[in-house]
Amino acid sequence: MTEDGKFWNPYVAGVALGLVVLATYVTMGHGVGAASASFRVGVAAVNAVAPEHVQGVPALASTVGTRGALDSWIVFEVLGMVLGGALGAWSAGRLGREVARGPTFPAARRVALAIAGGVLMGFAARLARGCTSGQALSGGALMSVGAWAFMLSIFVGGYGAAWFVRRQWR
Amino acid sequence: MTFPIESLAGDRRSLGLALAVVLGVAFGFVLERAGLGRVRKLVGQFYGYDMTVLRVLFSAIVTAMAGAVILSGLGVLDLAFVQARYPTYLWPMIVGGIVLGAGFVLSGYCPGTCVVAASTGKLDALATVGGLALGGLAYAELEAALGAFPASGAQGAFTLSQWLGLPAPVVGAAVALLALGAFLAAGRIERLVAGRGDPARGAEPASAPAGADVALSR
Repeated sequence: MTEDGKFWNPYVAGVALGLVVLATYVTMGHGVGAASASFRVGVAAVNAVAPEHVQGVPALASTVGTRGALDSWIVFEVLGMVLGGALGAWSAGRLGREVARGPTFPAARRVALAIAGGVLMGFAARLARGCTSGQALSGGALMSVGAWAFMLSIFVGGYGAAWFVRRQWR
Repeated sequence: MTFPIESLAGDRRSLGLALAVVLGVAFGFVLERAGLGRVRKLVGQFYGYDMTVLRVLFSAIVTAMAGAVILSGLGVLDLAFVQARYPTYLWPMIVGGIVLGAGFVLSGYCPGTCVVAASTGKLDALATVGGLALGGLAYAELEAALGAFPASGAQGAFTLSQWLGLPAPVVGAAVALLALGAFLAAGRIERLVAGRGDPARGAEPASAPAGADVALSR
């Protein structure tokens, strides 16, 4: 019941997160990211099945490039995120398989919403050239005007949609 | 020595990729420990009962920004070089932000936190990761049909300092003050929502005293 108490103070966590982003600027020349990795895995899958189709779509062909879609720093970074997230949960004793949802909301509908939200975010992150971490956090801390416009728009979109899907948490 | 070092250049590439894994481990670990692998904590931001997202995001921005400005002032970091990697395309970023925000609330995760949540065993988060790949592929297929829109509002590496005509440390201090104001407002909103009963939770623990969630999240 006191599981929440095991989370870090949000300000302490934020400072730690900021230091990770700063270390990434210094050693990589850019910030962190996330959405591109899922996209690249998708492109690699399509490329394995239909390579001629990939060559016909510029945005896919340029992602494959000469090294292949998966040989990119962000794929390795997100691989690290999987390890780090699992390590954090395991060491705090909160690893466990479940479909997170409200007590009365059907799991199948929750998964459908989870996929739909992912599709919207995958599309939007390509359009905006980054996601919450890749553009709002990393670009925002570099004081990019576009990153701040993006971040404020995320809150607009989030608060605008929240009422319509509130039932999934009931 | 001036940073950033080009960690991925030439024969240093494998070392740079190993470093990417290390940075990713730190990134994922911190997000998990912040509670941002938990869907209730993430959506709490949008229903007003838990503003952890805002607290973590803004304190991270202020920290990374202060660090970048200080290192640049000391002549250790070439800030303009890093900023050049973040060009502004105003219109696609605004539209993309609104769509991503809606997707965030539908799925309950953002593109990074769903990876963390999936790594801790959340199957809905894994579904969101799959959705991300599909959405990215859909964009790639449709990009040509969007015409000039994805490149509209192009301003290059346009910073708040350039826009406001103020030096970076002044803008940094202003953002820090703004964050402080947001933190104070966040606490007020949480208390307000806790007092009113949480609209997103409805039937959930009626026995829990008002404000219990807020107290626990601290």
